[in-house]
Formats: sequence, C-alpha cells, structure tokens
Amino acid sequence: MANPLANPVKSSAGAAARPVHIKVRGLTMAFGSFVVMRDLNFTVRHGEIFIIMGGSGCGKSTLMRHLIGLIEPAAGEIYYDGANFTAAAPEERDTMLRRCGVLYQSGALWSSMTLAENVGLPLGEFTDLAPGEIREIASLKLALVGLKGFEDYYPNQVSGGMQKRAGLARAIALDPAALFLDEPSAGLDPVSSNLLDELILELRDSLGTTIVIVTHELASIFAIGDNSVFLDAEIHAMGAFGNPKELRDHSDNPRVRRFLTRGAINLETAPQDG
Amino acid sequence: MIAPDSEAPNVALERDPAGAAVVRIGGRWRLRRGMPATEPIERALEAAGARALRFDAAAVGPWDSSLVGFVVRLEEFCRARNIAVERGALPEGLARMVALAQAVPENRDARARSDAAPLLDRVGAATIAKFAAISNFTEFLGETAIALARMATGRARFRRSDLLEAIQACGANAFAIVTLISYLVGVILAFMGAIQLQQFGAAIYVADLVAIGMVREMGAMMTGIIMSGRTGAAFAAQLGTMKVTQELDALATMGVSPMEFLTAPRVVALVLMMPLLCLYADVVGILGGATVGVVMLRLSLQAYLRESIAAILPATLVGGLVKSAVYGALIALAGCYEGFKCGDSSSAVGDAATRAVVAAIVAIVVACGMFAVLFNILGI
Ligand SMILES: Nc1ncnc2c1ncn2[C@@H]1O[C@H](COP(=O)(O)OP(=O)(O)OP(=O)(O)O)[C@@H](O)[C@H]1O
Ligand SMILES: [Mg+2]
Repeated sequence: MANPLANPVKSSAGAAARPVHIKVRGLTMAFGSFVVMRDLNFTVRHGEIFIIMGGSGCGKSTLMRHLIGLIEPAAGEIYYDGANFTAAAPEERDTMLRRCGVLYQSGALWSSMTLAENVGLPLGEFTDLAPGEIREIASLKLALVGLKGFEDYYPNQVSGGMQKRAGLARAIALDPAALFLDEPSAGLDPVSSNLLDELILELRDSLGTTIVIVTHELASIFAIGDNSVFLDAEIHAMGAFGNPKELRDHSDNPRVRRFLTRGAINLETAPQDG
Repeated sequence: MIAPDSEAPNVALERDPAGAAVVRIGGRWRLRRGMPATEPIERALEAAGARALRFDAAAVGPWDSSLVGFVVRLEEFCRARNIAVERGALPEGLARMVALAQAVPENRDARARSDAAPLLDRVGAATIAKFAAISNFTEFLGETAIALARMATGRARFRRSDLLEAIQACGANAFAIVTLISYLVGVILAFMGAIQLQQFGAAIYVADLVAIGMVREMGAMMTGIIMSGRTGAAFAAQLGTMKVTQELDALATMGVSPMEFLTAPRVVALVLMMPLLCLYADVVGILGGATVGVVMLRLSLQAYLRESIAAILPATLVGGLVKSAVYGALIALAGCYEGFKCGDSSSAVGDAATRAVVAAIVAIVVACGMFAVLFNILGI
C-alpha cells in the first residue's frame, strides 16, 4: 500500500516498464522576482535512483525542497503516484510526505537528542512499535549506516560525516517509498562514500525504494544513477534528462558533457548544439 | 498453510524431518503495524535444545525493516546460545540487509562513555564545577572590563551598526512594555497608599508615596525585571545560537575577540538605555498614581503633580538612575555570560536563556539590597 512495488526491484533493467512515482510538470522555481529554474519537466519511476545534478548554486537543493513541499512552486505541479501534490490539502500532503524520507544538506539532526532518539522519533510518532522495539529498529538503522554502538551519542559528539550518516538513518527510519538525499556523500571519505553507494543500491534492490539524490560526485553518479536531470545555471532551465552515462557520451548540450567529464571537453571546440 | 498475502505478519517454529528447527515466516511485514515478539520462538528453541536453525520464508508477503529487525534479533539470540543459523532460504534482499546490518562491527569504546560514577565522586565533581564556574565568571568579568576599556579608547573591533541595533532593541523597542508595566505599578502603589492614608485624611500624601516609591526603587527595579526577560534572554539566545553554529569559533579564529565584538556593544547599549527607560518609567508611574489620585481620591491634577515634584529630591532621582545603569550592566553580563557558556544543542540555548533571566533577576534584587544599605549610610 505504502509501496505498490514492495521488494520486487532487482536491477535497473526494464526501467521504462515501472510505474511513474514522481512527476514534475512545468515547474518554475523562483524567490521573488529571481527565477532559479524555469519550466522543469521530468519523471522519476518507482525503484529508480534518480540524480539531480548541476553546478553549485544552480538550484538543486531548491528543487529538492520543492519536491518535498517546503517551498511552493511559482508555477507548475508535482505529482506523486499520479496524485497532485501541489494542489493537495495540508492533511493529504502530510500523508503523502510520511512516505518520504529526507536527508538535508546540513544533516539537520535534532541536537538535543541522541542519535537513537533522532532515528526513533518518527518511529514513535507513526508506528505501533513499543519503546524497546523502537530502540531496536533505531539501532538496526544506525547499524545499516555503520554507526552501531553510537546510539547514545549526541550529534555534536560525532564527526560531520557521522552526522550525515545518522541523518540518513533517520531518513530511512520508516522505510520510506521515496528517499531524498541532499549531497549524502559530502564530508565522507572515499571508502565510506563507496559504502554509502552500496547501501543506496541495497535499499533500492531489497525494499524497492525510489531514491532521489542531489550530488556532484561523478563516480557515484555513474555507479548508481539510473536516470538524472541536469540543471543548467546558464539558461536557468533543464539542461538534460536521461541516463548519466548516455548523457556523458551522447548529450547534445556541451555544458552537460563538460560537467560529466569534469570539464575535459573544451566548450569552444566541442560540437555545438542546434 | 499460510496465505501468502494474509494481513498480519506471522511466525511459527517447526521441526523438519532431519530434526533441525525451522522458523516459518509469512504474512505482510509493515513497520507501521509493529513487530511480532521473538520471545515465544526463543523459549521454544530453548525448550527443544535446538542446535541449528533454518529460516523458511516461502510464504512471506511484502516486507520491510520490521522483518530485518526480527531476523537480526533472532540471530543475536542464536549467536549467544551457539545455535547455528542458516540464512539460505531468506529472500535474497533480506539476507543482504541482515548481513549489512551486521557487517560493521560495533564500536566498542563508543558505548564505554556512560558515566555512572559513585555518589561521592559526583558530589566532588559538582563542587569543583561550582568553583570553576566562579573563576570562569571572574575571568569573564575581567575580559569584559578589558574589552570595554579598549572600546573607550577606540581600539576595540566591533561594528557600529551592531551597537546601534542593540541600542534600538533594548531602548526604543522596549517602550510599549515599560509604559504598560510602570503605569500599572504606579496605580498599584497609589491604591495601597490610598487605603491607609484616606483614613487620616492625608490623601494628598499618596503623591509623595508614589513619587518616592517609583523614583527610588520601583522604576529601576521594574525596568530591570522587564529588561532581563526581554533583552537578557535575547542576548543569551543570540550568543548561544552563535556558539551552537560555531559562529563564535569563526570569529575567534579570525582574530576578532567575541568579547569586544559581541559583549562590549551589548553592555554599553544596556547601560546607556536603562537610565533613560528608568526615567521614563518614573514619569509614567507617577502619571499612573495621578490617575488614581484624580479619579478615586478627587485630588486636583496640579496639586498632585506639585506634591510629587516637591517629594523628589535630586539625590533620590540620581540614585535611582545610577541603580538602573548598574542593573543594566548586570543584565547584559548575565545574558552574555550564559550565552557564551551555552552547550552545543538547541535545548541548551533555551536553558541558557532561562538561566540568564534568573541570574539577572537575582543579581538585581541582591544589588537593590546593597544599594539600600549604601544609600542609608550615605544618607540619601
Ligand atoms: N531562501 C532563499 N531566498 C532567496 N534565494 C535563495 C534562497 N535559497 C536559495 N536561493 C538562491 O537559489 C539559488 C539556488 O540555491 P540552492 O541552494 O538550490 O543551490 P544548490 O544547487 O543546492 O547549490 P549547492 O550545490 O552549492 O548546494 C541560489 O542562487 C541561491 O542564492
Ligand atoms: Mg545544495
């Protein structure tokens, strides 16, 4: 019910066959008169690992905040499983959001609660679990992100990367159908960041979670991304939409190829589009 | 036979022909609906004296972390009892999640942090902490004095706009609340006096009572209490938040002294503004008393005000204003001190604000008592 495709996803093959989970139609994001992005159109399918990419300050975090309803679109709509999220009443929105887990760019752990309490809070609010079981599930989630044994630490007693991972544990506390991660690997060493990629794949493969990731990590974009959208800061619009590897090799937008090859392509000599 | 999609999660312990224990798992596993207990299975395993355990999840429906948690818990029980576990028949994804949950060994020294020290240790530690707090506060006072001295000689690093903002925040913005409270205090003083003085036909002395009461004590005291709640708490919360978000560290590492940059302007702003607010409160309080005098005691407004002005000696007025300046310094110091020693969490910011208000009010009342003795000796 919460997840129509419970546990069946095995790989990214046959992506087109899976039902659409999130649909963004004509989304324009603006702060006052400053338009961040104009007319975004893309879809995220169930069980997909979807990458939001683009240069710093192009509006990736802003797009994520729109997707989870923290900011109202200047124009356009967002649909979850075909239901209009943008036009939904506040109570409906809360129900829809309860199926989403979010990791914020800054971690945003509640600083006066231990890591276990941070992860346990949503469990206590939205499940029938007994306090002992909440603690157990919280430990389990912390173990999944490699923080077993740190249950009773306060956020300021662990490192920045550990805070990030604890934030991820909190985001997956309720086994959300859709998981939004804002730069999950920022502040992690290469090995941990690799483990994180594995965990993300595992969550998708075993629980069928749809995962939307904001990231600049090229290695991880190519390793786990099924589909992606590139936000082009220069034209304030969507630069490309598709599989990251295909975009790297075949995109007709030179800025997309440049981004995906770390600027190895020279804009002047690269074939221009249109 | 368990229906593959039966609503509730279900578990059963059976024995296979070879004699090994089999945990049969079925149903829909949803975290939102809770998690079945492992105790019945554990008891049955104990009773049977099983040496090996196998999972059979052929009948399991959709599942989530509740099943992972269940399997992990059962496996931990088996490990403690040396029962061999075979995960083979678990769904592939589930087996991997269980493995992942157990992949990273527990960080042993992570847990060793609990501090259940004996009572005597804790009493000792608390005493040492109290003494340390005294020396910390003295240090803070000294640093503030140095910062103020540098400010006076124009060598302090701070932003003029910060000072002006602080002056506005603890001066002009406090007018409304000071007006309300001191007017009411004037009214209350007048009522208290009127009941007694009317009996002797000396109603006009209500004016003296209110004027002296406001100017000597209540004007400074009430503005002090208002400002501790308003501004002292705000200072503690501002600095505490800056501490939590490491903004204080950022200042310090740039070579800007937080004392000069943050404390000095706040102390100066309050010390400058408190006497003005106090003077204003005195006037409003006397007007409050006059309202009672005119409306209830049927005195003429001129007579009331003439009596009030005659009652106020210049020394009393100056004494009241000096007191209010001292109260201002106490409030600013309490607010900044509590802000600087705030903990690292959002609730610590709340605690710091609370402590700042309590400390400021206690300090004001103590100072008021000392002033009473001092003024008595000086004959003011
Ligand atoms: N609350 C706000 N008010 C006004 N402008 C904002 C606000 N939040 C973000 N912006 C602007 O929107 C643009 C996009 O910001 P956003 O945080 O989405 O960038 P980003 O792509 O996530 O960058 P980064 O990779 O550095 O995190 C920036 O130009 C920023 O200045
Ligand atoms: Mg961002």
